[in-house]
Amino acid sequence: MTVSSYLQRRWDVVLQLTLEHLIAVGIAVGFATVVGVLLAVAVYRNDRAVTVLLVVVNTLFTVPALAYFGALIVLVGLGWTSAITVLAIYALLPIVRNTVTGLREVDPAIVRAATGMGMSRFGRLTRVELPLAYPVILSGLRVATVLIVGIAAIGAYVAGPGLGELIFSGLGALGTARAIPEITIGTVAIVLVALVLDGLLALLGRFSTPRGLR
Amino acid sequence: MSEPMIRLDKLTKRYPGHDGAAVDAIDLAMPKGEIVILVGPSGCGKTTTLEMINRLIEPTSGRIFLEGEDVTHVDPDQLRRRMGYVIQQIGLFPHQTIAQNIATVPRMLGWDAKRTNARVDELLHMVGLDPSRYRDRYPKEMSGGQRQRVGVARAMAADPPVMLMDEPFGATDPITRERLQNEFLRIQEDIGKTIVFVTHDIDEAIKMGDRIAILDVGSRVAQYDTPEAILSHPASAFVEQFLGAGILLKRLNLSRVEDVEVATGEWPTIDRGSTGEQARAQLRKSGRSHLLLLDDQRRPARWIGAADLERSDAGTGDLSGLGTEVQACVDLRATLNGALQEMLLNANGVAVVVDREGAYAGTLDLDTIIAAIRRMRAASPDGDVPLDPA
Ligand SMILES: Nc1ncnc2c1ncn2[C@@H]1O[C@H](COP(=O)(O)OP(=O)(O)OP(=O)(O)O)[C@@H](O)[C@H]1O
Ligand SMILES: [Mg+2]
Repeated sequence: MTVSSYLQRRWDVVLQLTLEHLIAVGIAVGFATVVGVLLAVAVYRNDRAVTVLLVVVNTLFTVPALAYFGALIVLVGLGWTSAITVLAIYALLPIVRNTVTGLREVDPAIVRAATGMGMSRFGRLTRVELPLAYPVILSGLRVATVLIVGIAAIGAYVAGPGLGELIFSGLGALGTARAIPEITIGTVAIVLVALVLDGLLALLGRFSTPRGLR
Repeated sequence: MSEPMIRLDKLTKRYPGHDGAAVDAIDLAMPKGEIVILVGPSGCGKTTTLEMINRLIEPTSGRIFLEGEDVTHVDPDQLRRRMGYVIQQIGLFPHQTIAQNIATVPRMLGWDAKRTNARVDELLHMVGLDPSRYRDRYPKEMSGGQRQRVGVARAMAADPPVMLMDEPFGATDPITRERLQNEFLRIQEDIGKTIVFVTHDIDEAIKMGDRIAILDVGSRVAQYDTPEAILSHPASAFVEQFLGAGILLKRLNLSRVEDVEVATGEWPTIDRGSTGEQARAQLRKSGRSHLLLLDDQRRPARWIGAADLERSDAGTGDLSGLGTEVQACVDLRATLNGALQEMLLNANGVAVVVDREGAYAGTLDLDTIIAAIRRMRAASPDGDVPLDPA
C-alpha cells in the first residue's frame, strides 16, 4: 500500500485526526496563555517573584513528557484532559518568559508619562504596558504553539487526541502494509500543521501590531 | 500676595540608603498664571521636586497645597488629572496615533468622541501642527521637535490649571528650541496657566520665566525672584557663578529702551517743509555734525550732514533728497541688546528711537548703554544701586 492509496481510502480519518490535533493544541495554548500572562502580570514588577516563577516554569519544562503522562494517568486517567494538561504545561515557559520580558522592556518613561497623567495601575497595564509588550508576547505564543504541535503526538500514549494515533498505530503494526504510510502521513501532517500554524500566527502578528510598533 | 496656585511647605524627599536629602525642606509659592522656573545644576533635585508636586514621587515629609487645599494625601490619580505633566523624555505612547496620545486624559475623564476630536484638532493647531496631516501619524513618524509639541499638547488636553514641564524642549537643536520657546510663550499669553518649568539652561530660564528659583544641591533655594531682580541682585556667589560670565549681556536682553533715558535734544531735527537755510541754521546752533529730517507723520526719514546742505541750493529745493536714509529704528519696547545691534550698524553710532506709532521719540547712543551697564555693575552684590529708576 502506498501513501496515496492509503490517503484515498482513509482521508476522512486523517482529516479527523488533524482537526483533533489542532483543537488540542489550540485549547492548550489558549489555556497556557491565560494562565501564563496572568502569572507574568502578577510578578513582573518584583525581581524576586520573577526569578521564582521562571525557575518553577523552567523546571516544569525539563520534566520529560512520558513522566507527566504517567503521573496524569494515575491522577485523571486516560484521555484528552491528560494530554491537553501536559501540552499546556510545556506551553507555559515560552509564554511566561516572553510576557515578563515584554512587560519589563517597556520604556519606564512611557509608563511614568501614563502615571503622570493620572492613569490608574489597571489602565496603565491594559492601555500601555500590555499593548507595548504584545509583539513579544505573541512571539512567545508562536514558539509555544510550534513546540506543542510536536509534543502533542506523544499524547496518543494516553489515548489523547491527534495525529500521534496514526504514528503509534503504524509503529505497532511494523511489517504490515499500512505501517509505512501511517507513520509517514502522521509525521508529515504534524510538520505541516506546525508550519501552517506558525505562518498564521506570523500573519496575525503583522496585521494586529499597530503601525507605530512595527 | 493672594493665595498661590501651588505652595510647597518644607517639602522633603530622602531616598532610603542615601545620605542627605534629594530635596531638603523646600518652601516655594507659585503664583497663579505665572511661569515659575526651577533651574539648577544636574542632580540638584529639580525633577524630584517637580514630581513631588503631582506625587509621582511621594514626599518623605512636608506638605503640598494646590489653591490652598492640602493635597499631600489626596488620591494621586485624581490629583494628576488636574495637572498636565510633560516628562523629561516626552514619553509618547508609540502604539497610539498622535490623536490618541493627545486624547489620553479626555478619554479618562469620559469625554464623548466629538468633544475629544474637536479638542485634539484645536490643540494640534495651537502647537503649530496641521491636524489633517498629523492626527493619524504615529510618534515614530514625527521629528523630535514635533514629538515635543505633541507632548505639550497632550499635557494641555483637558485644560488643567497647572502644567508641570520637565525640560520640555531639552532634546532639540538650538533653532528648534528657540522656536518652541517662542511658540510656547505665545500660547501662554492666551491660556495663562500656572506653569512649573524645569531646565538647567539659565538662558532658557531668563527667557521663559516670570519667576526663577535657582536651586542648589538638595533643591535648596539659592534665590527666588524675577529674572530682572536675579540678574541685577544675585543673592550669592553661587547664583552669580550659575548666571555665568555673560551676565551683563543677559541683563541687556531684559532691559528695554523705555527703561533708560532716551535723549530727545541730543540731535537737531527738522521738518520736511523747512528750507535749506533753516536747516543750516539749526545745525550750526546745535554744533552737531548731522540733523534728522522727520516726515509729515514725524517719522525719522533721513540723516542730513553739513556737507549735504552745502551742496544744495541755499534756501530752495527739497531737503528730502539729501543725506542718507535712516535705516532701522528701534521701538521703545526693544531690548537694549537689540538697540546695541542697531547702533553698531548705524554710521553715526546712534540708534533712532520711535514710539509705537513710529514717530520720533529720541536717540540712544553708546554712552547711554555704557552708563546702563555701569549701573548694572554697581547693582551687583557689592554695590546696591537698582538699575531701573522706577
Ligand atoms: N530613585 C532614586 N533613588 C535614589 N536616588 C535618587 C533617585 N532619584 C533621584 N535620586 C537622586 O536624587 C538627586 C536629585 O535627582 P533629580 O533627578 O531630582 O535631579 P535633577 O535636578 O532633575 O537632575 P537633572 O538635571 O540631571 O535631570 C540626585 O542626586 C539623584 O541621584
Ligand atoms: Mg531631571
